[in-house]
This record gives sequence, C-alpha cells and structure tokens, in this order.
Amino acid sequence: MSATATAATASAASPAYLALNNIEVIYDHVILVLKGVSLQVPKGHIVALLGANGAGKTTTLKTISNLLRAERGEVTKGSVEFEGRRIDQLTPNELVRRGVIQVMEGRHCFAHLTVEENLLTGAYTRTGSRAEIRDSLEKVYEFFPRLKQRRTSQAGYTSGGEQQMTAIGRALMARPSMILLDEPSMGLAPQIVEEIFEIVRNLNQREGVSILLAEQNTMVALRYADFGYILENGRVVMEGEARELASNEDVKEFYLGLAKEGRKSFRDVKHYRRRKRWLA
Amino acid sequence: MQFFFEVLIGGLLSGVLYALVALGFVLIYKASGVFNFAQGAMVFFAALTFVGFQEVLPGWLGVEPGGAAVFWLALILACLAMVVLSIATERIVLRPLVNQPQITLFMATIGLAFFIEGLAQGIWGANVRGLELGIQDEPIAWMAERTGIFISSFDVFAAVVAGVLVAVLAVFFNRTRVGRALRAVADDHQAALSIGIPLQVIWRIVWAVAGFVALVAGLIWGARNGVQFALTFTALKALPVLILGGFESVPGAIVGGLIIGASEKLAEVYLGPMVGGGIDSWFPYFMALLFLLVRPEGLFGERHIDRV
Repeated sequence: MSATATAATASAASPAYLALNNIEVIYDHVILVLKGVSLQVPKGHIVALLGANGAGKTTTLKTISNLLRAERGEVTKGSVEFEGRRIDQLTPNELVRRGVIQVMEGRHCFAHLTVEENLLTGAYTRTGSRAEIRDSLEKVYEFFPRLKQRRTSQAGYTSGGEQQMTAIGRALMARPSMILLDEPSMGLAPQIVEEIFEIVRNLNQREGVSILLAEQNTMVALRYADFGYILENGRVVMEGEARELASNEDVKEFYLGLAKEGRKSFRDVKHYRRRKRWLA
Repeated sequence: MQFFFEVLIGGLLSGVLYALVALGFVLIYKASGVFNFAQGAMVFFAALTFVGFQEVLPGWLGVEPGGAAVFWLALILACLAMVVLSIATERIVLRPLVNQPQITLFMATIGLAFFIEGLAQGIWGANVRGLELGIQDEPIAWMAERTGIFISSFDVFAAVVAGVLVAVLAVFFNRTRVGRALRAVADDHQAALSIGIPLQVIWRIVWAVAGFVALVAGLIWGARNGVQFALTFTALKALPVLILGGFESVPGAIVGGLIIGASEKLAEVYLGPMVGGGIDSWFPYFMALLFLLVRPEGLFGERHIDRV
C-alpha cells in the first residue's frame, strides 16, 4: 500500500509525460490481454514495466506505439496521452514524428542492410539536411562506439548485443523524446546487458530521453529505473519507486528469487496471489 | 567461330529483354514479398496503351500521325496509365490482403493478370499492332564490315536502355532515403513500421516503379515482336531468369537474363538439330529446373541469414 502511495506522489510531483488510462486490449476480437492498465511516465525518467511472460508488457508498449493494429489487436477501452494530448488514433509514422518510438522485442534489425544503413533508415521521418543526419549518426556512434567499428557489416551477421545496439541506435536516429524499449536484455550475456543498460541510462541523463522499459529481468531493470510497474495477467498489480519495489518482500520473492527465510513451496504462491489481488 | 559469337551476342541481347521483365518481378517481390504473376500482363497493358494512344492521339489533337509530339505525349500518357494501374492494384487488391498467406496473394495476382489482359484488350482491341520506336532493327554496318559479326542496332539500343535502367535503380535502392526504406521494408515489415516508415506509401512507390519498368519492357518487346497477346507469354520467360538470378536481386535479374538469353539461343543452334529443333521455348525452364536442384536461392539471391 505504501508503495502505491509513493508512486502516486512521485507522479504528482512531476506531471505525466506519457499516460495510459484504463487501457483494455483485445486480440482477434476474443482474447482479452490488457484489463484496464493505467500507468504514467514522468518526463525525463526511466520507468520499468515488469512481469512474467504473457503478462502484457509488449502489448502495453504496442498499444502506445500503435503497432497493435498490424497484429489484429484492438484497444477497446481507455486512452493514451502524450504531452497532454491523446495519441491513440495516430499511425506509427505520426507517432515517430511526434517523438514516440518503439524498439521492438527481439531487436528486429534489417538483416541485409549494413549497420550504418540500419541506422540511416531510422532517420526516415526526418526532414532535416544531410549534414544534420550525419551529426545524429556521429552522436549514435558516440553512444555505441562498437557500432562504428561494425558500420559496414551486414546487421544479420553481427552479434546479439550489437544488434540490440543497432536497434536502439536506429530509434535514436529519429530523435525521439520517448523511447519504448521492449526487453533489451533478451538473449544477451549479463555483461552485455549491463553495457546496454549503462548506455540507456546515459541516454536518459545526457539527452533527457524518457524511457518506458519492458523487462523480464527485474533485478537489472529496477537498478536502472526510477519507477516500476508490475503487470500480471493484463493488470497492474504493483507500482512504486524502483528502490522500494526492489526491497518489497513480495517482489523479492517472486520476481527477484530472493526469499526471506529459505525457499518457499509453491503452496505459498496461492497465498501470495490472494494477497496481491487485494493489493491491486 | 564468327557464327558462334553472333549467336552468343544475339542471345545476350535478347536476354536483356528478359531481364527487363524480370526486374519488375524483383522489385515487387523484394519490397512486399508478393510474387506478382501479373507483371507480364502489365508489360502487355503498357505496350498496348502506348500504341493505343499513338493511334487515337492524332485524331484527338488534329495532328499528323507519327510526329514526335504524338510519340512523347503517348509515352507520358502510357507512363501515367501504368502508375495509376499499379497504384490501384496495390490499393484495391493487395492492401486488403495484407497479412494473408503467400499463396492467397499469389492467387490474387494470377487473377489480376487475366483481368489486366482483358482490360487492355477491352479498351484498345485485340488486333496485333506494330510499335515504332524509331530505332532501326538492322545490323550495325561497321561492325559487320570489321568483324563479320552481324549485330542489330536495336538489340544494342535495348541493352543500353536496360543498362541505364538498372544503374538508376541501383542508385535508387542504395543511395536514397526511400530506396533504403524500401529495402528495410523488404527485410522486416514490423520493424520498418516501428521506426515510422509508412508501409503503404512504400508499397505504392514500388508498384509505381514496377509499372514504369513494365512500360519500358513493353515498349522494347513490342517494337521487336509487335504488340500482341503473346507478349504475356514471352514475359513468363522471366520466371527461369528469376530462378537463376535470385528473386530478390536486381543484378541477379540482369545476369540471369543474359544467361537465359544466351543459353537458349546457343542451345537452339547447336543442340536443336539433334532433337529436331524448337528447344528454345522450353530450354530456359529446363535450365531453371536444374538450377533449382543445385542452388535454390539463385545466383544472387539473398540467403536467409540465420545465426546459429
């Protein structure tokens, strides 16, 4: 309860930059995936969206970036606001122009394009001169020096970490103010995960980019995020400042795998679920 | 030996024509993953529209037929017609079918092929017409004198046109913002969408470009063989070209075209007599079949990059 209260005060202190209000999403007209999700990202902050497989993290991000429609998903209730204006009817193209961009789960680099070409495609929506785009490219290389070394390699032949960097760098080329980052740690070695999260934090601090981060790797995500939301079965079951979430007993037990008094049996899970429903 | 070269060069140059048609297939396949069976029909439609305009324009404008003005105006109008046809195809037939299985799309383009053929003949009539580009189809005199090899100036013209077209397309794909976006869409629709590339705009552009390529191919084919229904069958020679060159590759279409053109002529001349001739109509398909067994992705086709 106290965690919820803190989050409320935190978002009251800095007005919501991106806000989801009571979002409900249905796939294929029958499968209810999000059951009234509300969350806020204050400007210039990193907010983590946590939860297990199938909890609805990716769907939440795709609701914001409007990539849902391409997958037969439909928002049936609720609204999405960015900078105080509703954005739920905008196409991905318009959203990117507004500054909201998603880095998809699983990296999705253009395999047959070189790393540099991948980055350049990110500037598609920009109308600036070649020199401006060159500048952005140099900036991306500053954040990801590794990409500069691999600039002429076909993205399909680079390592998983490099592909993740390419995907983030590609999004940066659009000069976003809000990045929806989906599962950047997926399938990467812990060291690379740290490297990528360091860069993400850097981006947030130096460029002031706000970030909504969907992660299964709760431990790492909470270390880098300011706030966190925990999703389960399409509902937000917990929210609060990252530090508090990380020290919350339930989170420790079920998402961080740290039990207070030894390992618990699965019988206790039921008990936990009951408690959590009450919390929500 | 002279005779061999004559056959070889003649074959290569006719291969250029196959390559032109194959290019249209490659463009659409590359960007949208649709195998557009109607490309041959588009070639036919383009040539017929051009000839049709050439016939009716003098009447409309009250000028003498055969003038330069009529020629260019007909060319521009045919070009416009192709762009409109292509964009309409994308809008009316393919967009509603997005996310459908490949085979559905393929069947749709087969239906489309017959529809376009019918439409073209419905508008312009079904009789065979000649198409005059003002290029002589005669051996180049100095070439014949020096080397004794007879090469048609028209074939050389066609080769130059194809060369220019390919160069322009290569620059377009590799150096421009839209070209890059096009390749991006070909690689990964979802990711392209996520970074703000509007898929529908890109597909429209691809279809329009393919329509234009069909026009160029139609004009050259039409000038060579006359504008008639058989054009659509000739256009199907692009299939072995694609299998040889690779479905996703612009250079592959060209090299594949050259190989098919040369080999079918050489086979006809040297192997033909052994089996009673007439093998050039099936030899390319036979080659494609052999090739499929050895290298299914084609010479220049993009291999699927799988990281293990």
